[in-house]
Amino acid sequence: MSVLVFVEIKNKLRKAAKEAITYGKNLGEVNVVTYGNASNEVLSEMGNYGAKNILVYRKINEPNDQVISKLIFKVAEKLNSEFILLSQDQTGKSIGPRVAAKLEAGHVSGAISLPEVSDDFIVKTNVYSGKAIAYVCIHSDKKVISILPNSIQPVEYKVDPIISEFKEDLGNGRIKIVDLKQLGDGIPLPEAELVVSAGRGLKGPENWGIVEDLAKSLGATTACSRPVADIGWRPHHEHVGQTGVAIRPNLYIAAGISGAIQHLAGVNGSKVIVVINTDPEAPFFKAADYGVVGDAFEVLPKLTVAINNFKASQR
Amino acid sequence: MKILVCISKVPDTTSRINFVDNNTKFDENGVQYIVNPYDEWYALVRALELVEASGGTVTTITVGTSKDDPTIRKALAIGANDAVRIDADPTDSFFVAKQISEYAKNENFDIVMTGKETINYNGAQIGGMLAELLDMPFVSLANKLDVNSTQATLQRDVQGGIEVVEVDFPFVLSASKGMAEQRIPNMRGIMAARTKPLNVIPPTDHNKLTSVVKFELPPSKTGCKYLDSESMDELVELLHNETKVI
Ligand SMILES: Cc1cc2nc3c(=O)[nH]c(=O)nc-3n(C[C@H](O)[C@H](O)[C@H](O)COP(=O)(O)OP(=O)(O)OC[C@H]3O[C@@H](n4cnc5c(N)ncnc54)[C@H](O)[C@@H]3O)c2cc1C
Repeated sequence: MSVLVFVEIKNKLRKAAKEAITYGKNLGEVNVVTYGNASNEVLSEMGNYGAKNILVYRKINEPNDQVISKLIFKVAEKLNSEFILLSQDQTGKSIGPRVAAKLEAGHVSGAISLPEVSDDFIVKTNVYSGKAIAYVCIHSDKKVISILPNSIQPVEYKVDPIISEFKEDLGNGRIKIVDLKQLGDGIPLPEAELVVSAGRGLKGPENWGIVEDLAKSLGATTACSRPVADIGWRPHHEHVGQTGVAIRPNLYIAAGISGAIQHLAGVNGSKVIVVINTDPEAPFFKAADYGVVGDAFEVLPKLTVAINNFKASQR
Repeated sequence: MKILVCISKVPDTTSRINFVDNNTKFDENGVQYIVNPYDEWYALVRALELVEASGGTVTTITVGTSKDDPTIRKALAIGANDAVRIDADPTDSFFVAKQISEYAKNENFDIVMTGKETINYNGAQIGGMLAELLDMPFVSLANKLDVNSTQATLQRDVQGGIEVVEVDFPFVLSASKGMAEQRIPNMRGIMAARTKPLNVIPPTDHNKLTSVVKFELPPSKTGCKYLDSESMDELVELLHNETKVI
């Protein structure tokens, strides 16, 4: 069965890309299509996860949805791909639906596990902003699936990849990119395995040092509750929850967040939740694995010290 | 300027989510419906601001049954000029996008807006599918939109950054947080909404490509283990050895 995985590479191969290739390996022989100026060394790293044929389109460097959709469509047509796989990140969200509509292929966005295949082809995905899971049956022969980051583990499977260039000129899209601000090299929130988050209990933006210190010790990404982003204490892209980013890290540490239903919706897919709150009645404790009833201003620095000691002992 | 805003109804954010009929159907018992927040707060309000500043009309469109009418009236109360409802039970994203594109293709809209996703299905699919079906560019996850007479400038979230783009009309966008501020409809708006046109049109025929066979609630936590603030070393130990996340 022909599987086509779309991968986006900036400088290095992201974990989300390895996850998508592993997902593909479970369905058949993996062909990868990508764009930009990644080195052959980075490209061939995909062979460690089972990517056999790697096709790269070097004429664009920016995530132009019309051009990339056309690229995927052309390659899928040539290879007669049954499966088209992407990561459910910003690029995946802009491209997956376009490709699916073009191919009239059933599309599941945000798959959280490998498919269950019997007479039917069924993929699980989060719905109701993480308050429930849906089993979605894809009826069409062609299937477009985007995979929610951190849902499956990349598995090594070494092959010798064949790298070639997609030569045909696909033209320009009608969207002109005039500026791109990079948010830095940190791990983007949806892909982060470790997240330290704080809410209104932190009382003001000047107090975020203790949150960032803990995040830094852990190698975690920072997040926040909605009111904190709304009043401008933290940037909007850190807002997690039902109307913010939905995440499913391995570890979610929440300090000074009450645990409102809209907040929980976006984070309850986290494997382990640690809650730090002065109020023993805070609803968040019901969704927590570990709880500390205490003042974040005291607990966070202590936890940072404990993490630092632990890291030192591991060396 | 002519703007089309896609509107859908979703359970209120405080709703408890349950299922009936062997976990195949959403339990609507006691559920209050609202306009999907991304459609309302960001897409609709920004569309209204643009026509208030430089003229034009805002039409909303919904694929749904008469059960959707109260939420459509809400959008009209906030200020949309008129509404279209395609009279069908929305079965999957492709079906919905196809219905809307069949309507929109002859109407010469300058901008077609969707919310970045619905808070019930979270598919984030309609905007991109519409763009493909209408052969328009798609600016996904836009959090800022300004226009002049021929083109628009938008800011959007992309992988690892924030991008500023320019695009000529017509185009499709999906709206995310930051594009506008929520508006509460006033009494006059609510009165006016009663007489604004809500055109119900029949659906066109299309296959569905996907269907939900069952739902499930996520596994609930088995109970919280409490630790004293003096025992942070123990917490780290548990995270390392018991749950193995660090
Ligand atoms: C339509 C809608 C959508 C929403 N979407 C979202 C969403 O996506 N994400 C989201 O987060 N919210 C969302 N909300 C808001 C949500 O209902 C809550 O209001 C919000 O999550 C509360 O944020 P918070 O926990 O930071 O603040 P609060 O509720 O004010 O809680 C602060 C907490 O900090 C604790 N605290 C105070 N001082 C300390 C201290 N020194 N140390 C430790 N703890 C302390 C308090 O006990 C309290 O529990 C939404 C609401 C609506 C209506």
